[in-house]
Amino acid sequence: MSSSLVSVAYIGAIILFILSLGGLSNPESSRRGNLYGMIGMLLAVLATVFGPRVTLDGLPWIIGALLVGGSVGLYAARKVQMTQMPELVALMHSMVGLAACLVGFANYIDPMAALHLSGAEKAIHEIEVYLGILIGAVTFSGSLIAFGKLSGKIGGKPLLLPGRHWLNLLGLLVVIVSGYLFLHAETIDAGMITLTVMTVIALLFGIHMVMAIGGADMPVVVSMLNSYSGWAAAATGFMLNNDLLIVTGALVGSSGAILSYIMCRAMNRNFISVIAGGFGTGGGSPAKSGDAQPAGEVTPISAAETAELLGSAKSVIIVPGYGMAVAQAQHAVNELTQLLREKGVSVRFGIHPVAGRMPGHMNVLLAEAKVPYDIVMEMDEINGDFPDTDVAIVIGANDIVNPAAQEEPGSPIAGMPVLEVWKARTSIVMKRSMASGYAGVENPLFYKENNRMLFGDAKKVIEDVIKSLQH
Amino acid sequence: MVMLIGIPRETVSGEKRVATVPEIVEKLVKLGFKVAIESGAGEAANFSDDAYRAVGAEIIAGAPQLWAASDIVFKVAVPTSAEVNLMREGGILIGFVWPAQNPELMQQLAAKKATVLAIDCLPRQLSRAQKMDALTSQASVAGYRAVIEAANVFGRYFNGQITAAGKVPPAKVFIAGAGVAGLAAIGTAAGLGAIVRANDTRAEVADQVKSLGGEFVKVNYEEEGSGGGGYAKVMSEGFQQAQREMYAQQARESDIIITTALIPGKPAPRLITAEMVQSMKPGSVIVDMAAERGGNCELTEPGKAVVKHGVTIVGYSDLNSRLARQSSTLYATNLFRLTEELCKTKDGIINVNMEDDAIRGLTVIKGGEVTWPAPALKMPAPAAKPAVAAKAPAAAHGHGSGAPMSARSLALVFGLGGLLFLLIGAYAPAAFLGHFTVFVLACFVGYMVVWNVTPALHTPLMSVTNAISSIIVIGALVQISPSSLFAFDRPDGWIRGLAVVAIALTAVNMFGGFAVTRRMLSMFRK
Repeated sequence: MSSSLVSVAYIGAIILFILSLGGLSNPESSRRGNLYGMIGMLLAVLATVFGPRVTLDGLPWIIGALLVGGSVGLYAARKVQMTQMPELVALMHSMVGLAACLVGFANYIDPMAALHLSGAEKAIHEIEVYLGILIGAVTFSGSLIAFGKLSGKIGGKPLLLPGRHWLNLLGLLVVIVSGYLFLHAETIDAGMITLTVMTVIALLFGIHMVMAIGGADMPVVVSMLNSYSGWAAAATGFMLNNDLLIVTGALVGSSGAILSYIMCRAMNRNFISVIAGGFGTGGGSPAKSGDAQPAGEVTPISAAETAELLGSAKSVIIVPGYGMAVAQAQHAVNELTQLLREKGVSVRFGIHPVAGRMPGHMNVLLAEAKVPYDIVMEMDEINGDFPDTDVAIVIGANDIVNPAAQEEPGSPIAGMPVLEVWKARTSIVMKRSMASGYAGVENPLFYKENNRMLFGDAKKVIEDVIKSLQH
Repeated sequence: MVMLIGIPRETVSGEKRVATVPEIVEKLVKLGFKVAIESGAGEAANFSDDAYRAVGAEIIAGAPQLWAASDIVFKVAVPTSAEVNLMREGGILIGFVWPAQNPELMQQLAAKKATVLAIDCLPRQLSRAQKMDALTSQASVAGYRAVIEAANVFGRYFNGQITAAGKVPPAKVFIAGAGVAGLAAIGTAAGLGAIVRANDTRAEVADQVKSLGGEFVKVNYEEEGSGGGGYAKVMSEGFQQAQREMYAQQARESDIIITTALIPGKPAPRLITAEMVQSMKPGSVIVDMAAERGGNCELTEPGKAVVKHGVTIVGYSDLNSRLARQSSTLYATNLFRLTEELCKTKDGIINVNMEDDAIRGLTVIKGGEVTWPAPALKMPAPAAKPAVAAKAPAAAHGHGSGAPMSARSLALVFGLGGLLFLLIGAYAPAAFLGHFTVFVLACFVGYMVVWNVTPALHTPLMSVTNAISSIIVIGALVQISPSSLFAFDRPDGWIRGLAVVAIALTAVNMFGGFAVTRRMLSMFRK
């Protein structure tokens, strides 16, 4: 296959990738979009393998590696539970990061890569190698830590080292200095030393960065790492002079960046402050939220009373949160939804952008439980409907329904857009205990006159409600 | 000592309501109280003594015996002086009292060392108090009944119909005053199919009128008429002139007029003059819900339905008694909610906690001491203000809200971008610029495409971009066995090792990513 044919195949792959992302604009076309992505990938890989830059000797290695990696990937994809999606995605990001690192190293020690380059071109090439490895390493270690946090292997509490900003700054300085040395390295061996120093720093930085981020900010981190994995691919593309990699990397990178931005906006947080880590350390001090201790008392409700309330309601909105994922309650929720819909109750879902641990997490869980997607609404679509709603059910969510965000300017979450469940005629909060959410902010919703608390494990409680509704 | 709640039979003529119903007796008993009902108390509202007995109430024959036995008495109508005489020294009375209108009654009750909770004195602006708001529940029933009374004497259909016998136009109903009763009337009349218009001096109720299917008619004059506590206030002369013109016009056009206008502590405003009645079509109906307080219509005769100038003017003041069962049930629920507040310990003993804003407002006499009127409530500032304050710092983030960036930060971004491009242009070789162009364009394409992705599919988006980013495999592929023959000191083994690992890693991603995306997307269904 000539190199022109390969280029044309790459262009085809680029178009297919763009169509693939475009297909996700609605669930109907999304399946086809995924197919486009697969075809594009197949096209790109085949064109490369049969192109002029790969000889037949390499084929066994390539096939072997693809088989091993592919079967692991397929196995994981089949076995993963939908509640574990964030972990899987984080783990996959780390692989892209590591691969980018490895490709960068291999490229650097390959004398042919920079054979014809000199002067500015050589410098630029080396910067590209350096950056590719840097981003790859940060993505790798950061994603691994994110994986650990999401799967509960590492505690969710932010780890705040003393003087962490200074540590980061020092790391950055070392990275810049070793970058300068790297550019002026006489031999490959000398370059390798600086490259290794930088990689170690980058790995530590990735670990440190994600360790400092709390559980509620995880959606931002996951989408940010998604973005990084794209930039790593783009840097690799520059390194290899490969437009396909550049375009794909840029697509993925901007996608992740937009997701991070959407998540930050949904929490009314500044991107920098999320990355800098530690919720509530910058804004409202704990003492401040102490004065605003909500008055009133919490009214508990039983599963049977909830069933009675739901049975006589005309419209119900369910607001799920991470607690639903933890309790694996999505199937029970779907059963409840169907039961109510059969009784002629209009049931809809209100999804906050940061509900769960990654963007769109709740939608996937509900889809898994076969909740039709046309009754699953976004926050902005449904927020105006709460005043006309008889019952709003909050399942395992806290901060995203906290009225303090609107009512108390001093609250650490002030200004964050929230689902206005308290405007419904009655709101029912399903919760295991009275503990506050990730933000550590008291929730005045629990003390509102029209709010009822249904304590217990979400799944069990919903099953009890279903039982009472059935007879 | 568990307290006994007594329910006497209402003595005012025409009063058919009763202060509690069997359903509520059950709940009161659960709260720990004993309940006694005067024999026949619920009869007019279709609740038999047996029904009360079945849920655990004691039936006592004769008012004197009942009053003597009761620690607490629940009443509907304002107690007569004969009733107060029967009352036990130091007893508790809960019901309508209207202390401003009944000063002698207040004195008499105070002399009895009574504790009196006047349900009409409830601080209605407390949202917590809504469940006890008997004025609202009774007004709502009355509003419904007013429409039914109007329909009863009105000679036509309410809804428009096209029948084989010809076309019937819908009735036009005008409702003056969109308070609780007015709103209930609007909903009822609209439900029957009439064209409903309504007016109120408080402009903020326009949305409520619309939500019930009515049309809000504005008075052509600027003035705000909200008088606090959810009531209207007296309006200026200019406004009243404009209002009169509006009413005159509505009178000419409407088939049915229902008036509900009341101003606290003042006689009802005269809205409909004799000339307006004259201008109405024959067969039209006016239901004057303010009849008891002087009437909104000049020709109203309280307590009666009269025909004047061919228009039936209904001035019944007992609309609630005309729907006694419903009114009693709602009233009983209001009193039960109040009892719950008074007896938080659920042990059948009432504690009149004067620290509680709602109870403080209700309590007009405590142990013989007149505590009416209650001091004005310190209401928390309306929620709107802090919300605005909260928004201001949020906007300072710049990117946080949907608003476009300020000119300054925009200029900064463009400036930095320009500088960066200048540097690249000055130093970078041509080959790099080609790639750079592609990169920048691709970022923009990505930006456009990704904003179109529906938020519901953000997780699949992440997994598919993840799969796509394994395109990095190409970098490893070209390293594994380059075609070049003049490979001098190339560390083949090392490079191949690194490349093979990289391929395996990306393959996990590639296959896993697409497979899991496929699995997720297949779950999204309508």
